[in-house]
Amino acid sequence: MNEESKPLGGKILTKPFLVCAFFAAIAAVLLVKRFIYGIGAVSNLSDGYPWGIWIAYDVVTGTAIACGGYSMALLVYIFNKGEYHPLVKPALLASMFGYTLAGFSVMFDIGRYWQAYNLVLPNYMQFNSVMFEVAMCVSLYIGILWMEFSPTLADWIKAKGLQKMLNRVMFIFIAIGVLLPTMHQSSLGSLLLLAGKKVSPLWHTGFLPLLFLISAITMGYAIVIFESIVSSVGFKREIETPILSKVAGFIPILIGIYLVVRFADIIIRGKIGLIFAFDLKAVMFIIENILYVIPLVILASPGNRVKTRQLFIAAGTLLLAGSVYRFNAFLIGFDPGAGWQYFPSFSEIMITLGVIASEIMAYMIFVKKMPVLPSMRHA
Amino acid sequence: MEIKRRDFLKMAAGTSLFLATGAPAMAREQKSLPPEAVGMLYDSTVCIGCRACQPACKQANDMPVEHSTPDSVWDDPIDLSAKTLNIIKVYTTGRGINKDSETDGYSFIKRHCMHCVDPACVSACPVSALKKNQQTGVVSYNKDACIGCRYCQLACPYNIPKFEFDKTFPQIRKCQLCEHRFKDNKFSACCEVCPTGASIFGKVADLQAEAKKRLTLKPGEYYKYPVAHVKSGQVSYRPVAKYQPKVYGEKDGGGSQILMLAAVSFEKLGMPALDEASDASFSENIQHTVYKGMIGPGVLLAGLLFAAYKSTNKKDE
Ligand code: SF4
Ligand code: SF4
Ligand code: SF4
Repeated sequence: MNEESKPLGGKILTKPFLVCAFFAAIAAVLLVKRFIYGIGAVSNLSDGYPWGIWIAYDVVTGTAIACGGYSMALLVYIFNKGEYHPLVKPALLASMFGYTLAGFSVMFDIGRYWQAYNLVLPNYMQFNSVMFEVAMCVSLYIGILWMEFSPTLADWIKAKGLQKMLNRVMFIFIAIGVLLPTMHQSSLGSLLLLAGKKVSPLWHTGFLPLLFLISAITMGYAIVIFESIVSSVGFKREIETPILSKVAGFIPILIGIYLVVRFADIIIRGKIGLIFAFDLKAVMFIIENILYVIPLVILASPGNRVKTRQLFIAAGTLLLAGSVYRFNAFLIGFDPGAGWQYFPSFSEIMITLGVIASEIMAYMIFVKKMPVLPSMRHA
Repeated sequence: MEIKRRDFLKMAAGTSLFLATGAPAMAREQKSLPPEAVGMLYDSTVCIGCRACQPACKQANDMPVEHSTPDSVWDDPIDLSAKTLNIIKVYTTGRGINKDSETDGYSFIKRHCMHCVDPACVSACPVSALKKNQQTGVVSYNKDACIGCRYCQLACPYNIPKFEFDKTFPQIRKCQLCEHRFKDNKFSACCEVCPTGASIFGKVADLQAEAKKRLTLKPGEYYKYPVAHVKSGQVSYRPVAKYQPKVYGEKDGGGSQILMLAAVSFEKLGMPALDEASDASFSENIQHTVYKGMIGPGVLLAGLLFAAYKSTNKKDE
């Protein structure tokens, strides 16, 4: 383990860290307000739009962006492609924080958080509820991610015996760690099935679970590439381009499958005409899919896959594509009827930014203190 | 690589543990009316818009009054809310002078929970806080179970469940058909006080028959409209309006225990146009097909365990 990755070292209180800390502090103050005066005091959520950016971003989009650990585990352990191993730990770490903070966001989004344990009381569990499945899978997966990361923690505290033991049973956590995201990333899409006519036919389809799953996997690979380039530049390290370009090779295939399902479904249901309405929904639909086509075109050519710049643009647009898809499905395409509207309030946005900032802060601390990033010559 | 017997057992145990946590969830039919289903028939053409049902609902359910104008002297909610479980709204067109007409007319509509036959809110709720009574079919709410996720709000096609966004310790509010009054042999307060018979309570089967009968009446002829309860024996004798040929709630969204009649199209009255298939059966069938009683995930996990074991051990050896 030690040969493969090393702590970065360096001081914690850098400028970017302090900026993040500032945003996290604002969010903390606003959250105090939320817990005293209620959800309405800080958000524009309403009976028509019961879910806003805390769900659409923090949970639905945030966990998809945090699928790096899942996507890499699929590659490395399930398809047995060991050469990608150096990318696993940083991906895992980002996933761990992404999911942990999604779990945290849920706790301030739900109104009766002090009863959240009802989810595990047998007399209350409701197995037909998609929400139940999502809640169980996501919380279990948060635990699994910490377990998957635990050998690194054990290594850090120099508990060699513990680390060895953990590594021996690790395959169990890895397997469950692939199963759970497969289940809940698709179910995050299934959440919208029940909303029926309230979701525009451009997004409401029986294929929601499949589309959410494929797009989450693509976002997983995209974030691995994106994060790897950003942290190389940010921490002034050599960029792992050869291995990243191999990862990028899987993306066009996945986007291809995704787009075929997406459009075949809309055409077969006879809803393609809605695109030409040129209202907000149609425009957002077009933007969403253009964002998918860009990385598809870039990465389809092997020549582009070895260029860091092209990789970066492709990964960035793909992350955006998946995010816009999720926002469209949950907010833009969601119409509870006349009279209701939603745009996130300033406080709501600040809280979400604070959550993202804490995620980045935690990541910075961990890579500096623990053996996470691949050990290589500093550029 | 060879898998040792002990490891194989470890794998199998893990798999069945997961299987055991899965529910016996299998594909299901759309739900049908419970045997003792009770509900309401609201006839818009009989409603005079007196709104006697609104304060009666508040009183029966200990709900606060609500002002929509600053110096209002009345309880005057403008829509359903966490304080208002029942409301009479009015549709107007043109000059708004002809009752129950789509030209220069107006028409009332009463809104509250429809007590769906196959409710989306019940399917949505992760903690069984919303439940449909097996006998009466009343969809009720239990605040001790609710975690406040608001998925029921997202799911309900009529936007009925309301959430107390302004409270520190909020809960969901919705009409529960005055279920708490049943034990004293009383029924929905809104029906009890309705002076004209626009809202009547009763067994859904009786209400369906009553609604169908009204659709066969000739406009202009006089008919004895039951008041308060379909079987009360009290009637109001009045001329029949020109009905839309539809009982709203008979099949809409999988059917509901609240039925409606009107002379103006239901869409104009703000009632959503829903399919006959319930969203709950659509959603649950997709989930159940994917999960097949957790056998699918169980098999997948077994495969994953095998693959993960193989690849992690290869590295160690
Ligand atoms: S109207 Fe809405 S709240 Fe009432 S039973 Fe139907 S789905 Fe549930
Ligand atoms: S808000 Fe409460 S009642 Fe509604 S779905 Fe969530 S837990 Fe159930
Ligand atoms: S049945 Fe009861 S709770 Fe429901 S609208 Fe009528 S009075 Fe209100």
